[in-house]
Amino acid sequence: MTVNATPIIELDRVSRVFEQRRRQVKAVDAVSLAVQEGEVVCLVGESGCGKTTTGKMIAGLIHPSGGEVRYAGKNIWAMSKDEFRRYRLAVQLIHQDPYASLNPAHTVYGIMSAPLLQHGIVANHKQARERVRDLLRTVDLTPPDDFLDKYPHQLSGGQRQRVSVARALTVSPKVIVADEAVSMVDVSIRVSLLNMLSRLKRDLGVTFIFITHDLAVAKHFAWEGRIAVMYLGRMIEIGRTPQIINHPQHPYTRALLSAIPEADPRITRTKERLQLRSLDIPSLLNIPSGCSFHPRCPLFEAGLCEVSVPPLADVGDGTRVACHVVARERAKEVVA
Amino acid sequence: MTFVRGIANWFGQTLRLIARNKAGFLGFIGLLFFIFLAFVMPLFVPLDKTSRVDKIYNPPSAEHILGTDFQGRDIFSLVVHGGRDVIVIAFLTGAISTFIAVVLGSISALLGGAVDSAIMAATDFWLAIPTFPLLAVLATQIKLNDVWLLSLILALLSWATLTRAIRSQVLSLRQRDYVEAARSLGMSHRHIIFKEILPNMMSYIAISLVFAMTAAVYAQGGLVFLGLLSFSDNNSWAVTIQLAWTRGAIFFKDSFLNIMAPVAAIALFQLSLVLFTRSLEEIFNPRLRVGV
Repeated sequence: MTVNATPIIELDRVSRVFEQRRRQVKAVDAVSLAVQEGEVVCLVGESGCGKTTTGKMIAGLIHPSGGEVRYAGKNIWAMSKDEFRRYRLAVQLIHQDPYASLNPAHTVYGIMSAPLLQHGIVANHKQARERVRDLLRTVDLTPPDDFLDKYPHQLSGGQRQRVSVARALTVSPKVIVADEAVSMVDVSIRVSLLNMLSRLKRDLGVTFIFITHDLAVAKHFAWEGRIAVMYLGRMIEIGRTPQIINHPQHPYTRALLSAIPEADPRITRTKERLQLRSLDIPSLLNIPSGCSFHPRCPLFEAGLCEVSVPPLADVGDGTRVACHVVARERAKEVVA
Repeated sequence: MTFVRGIANWFGQTLRLIARNKAGFLGFIGLLFFIFLAFVMPLFVPLDKTSRVDKIYNPPSAEHILGTDFQGRDIFSLVVHGGRDVIVIAFLTGAISTFIAVVLGSISALLGGAVDSAIMAATDFWLAIPTFPLLAVLATQIKLNDVWLLSLILALLSWATLTRAIRSQVLSLRQRDYVEAARSLGMSHRHIIFKEILPNMMSYIAISLVFAMTAAVYAQGGLVFLGLLSFSDNNSWAVTIQLAWTRGAIFFKDSFLNIMAPVAAIALFQLSLVLFTRSLEEIFNPRLRVGV
């Protein structure tokens, strides 16, 4: 990864607050992230941690209430109309629910030809049909003629998700934000869908921001990339995937990893079991003071963790962790 | 040639969709019958305008199949000629009020903010107006015998409810993932409104149009029946009922059909409209369209 290149996507202390009957919900709190072109970054966290909101802010579908989202170095909300249009097409979002993301009133051809015709990518319906056929082949919907004139309700969940990927590809995006793109489909389909996405990443050089709650999926998809773990709207750990999976630093990441069931009972027996102090996720309306993980954290130290928010500290190996205790221990190791 | 075949194909498919629902198909046949009765039959059956003092309230006979009224006029000819204005006013009123509702409801939902508040305040105000008394007062002030004018006034009095319903539909539809996907794909506002949102509301709009039509039939019927409204050539199903009522047809066994024939015409027309909505659902819902 070249550090000096301008990141294609950059989040600079991005926050998003939702107003809810005069109460404020901090969905995303000062998240920073730089994604280089061609990279894969997985955003991981449990539901309600702000991953989807972050994804939608990257795709320019939600306005951040603080901070800046930059595409190729430029703040997307300060772009000229023309620049914004180019950014908009370059960053595509794939929704979680394939049953809601395709318009039930149109056929597969109708859904996919609309952006092609609107942006003048093809000149007429004849060319559009050819292009749609190619794209359907790209996402393994073969033979394409079986799908062109089908309505979404005539397709399975996996097929719909492929159509929704193919639709995103119509505008040749540079970045794809996949929001839980495989979580709603059958387990048996999931792997082939993931392999298809991996192939797109390889063949088309698309940058992927992959949002998931499933660390196993993140591991499978982003082994060469990075994983960013979010908790209650904050990023708490980010690093290269093998590092995060094999040597997780933050107690929350360790808890998540220890919760993954293993097929081999020997591994299960030797696996580190992390005991959380509480299993309840605090409400977003009432985020704990200091480190928001402190009520559940096994490393909790009174007088420190509930007082100040830990910054993301570099702990070596390209990993950064937001934890007072871990950062201190690692700093000692380095000195020793 | 291909164009003609395309039209024929479309027509055939629509007909098949209509026929898929038995109740809806019955409604469709009913509507065809009334359109034929009101627009084609008058070419063959002249309107009976002659008074015959020797034939007042005659029972049905070979000469007058529905009997005669208080002036000795042929009731069948009155029923044949009395449908046109009823149907035209119903359709115009339904179309105008649905159009207003779709435009205002969509604008309200899509623009939001101050525009939304203003339109919603207007509907609140409008809904608070007691429609029928207002119509009664209006009828004393303006001569409402023009089909267009009456339709416009009926429509202006009935857009508010539908506007609110359309607004909530659009509010729900614009949140859908596929609308977000269209925004992300840089699709124009026009595309999003007409291709993503509207098609999913079409069955709702079409059905609302039909119900607006039934309401318009009752509104004009009520006005005529109360004697607040008369048509230029003084014939409409409602006029026939009103005359039958005020001239005492209800007191004679033989003139039973004088009041029942136009009542049945109105009731059956309304029933056909309501039944037809079942087929409309079939036509506009792609989920039900499978296999055609």
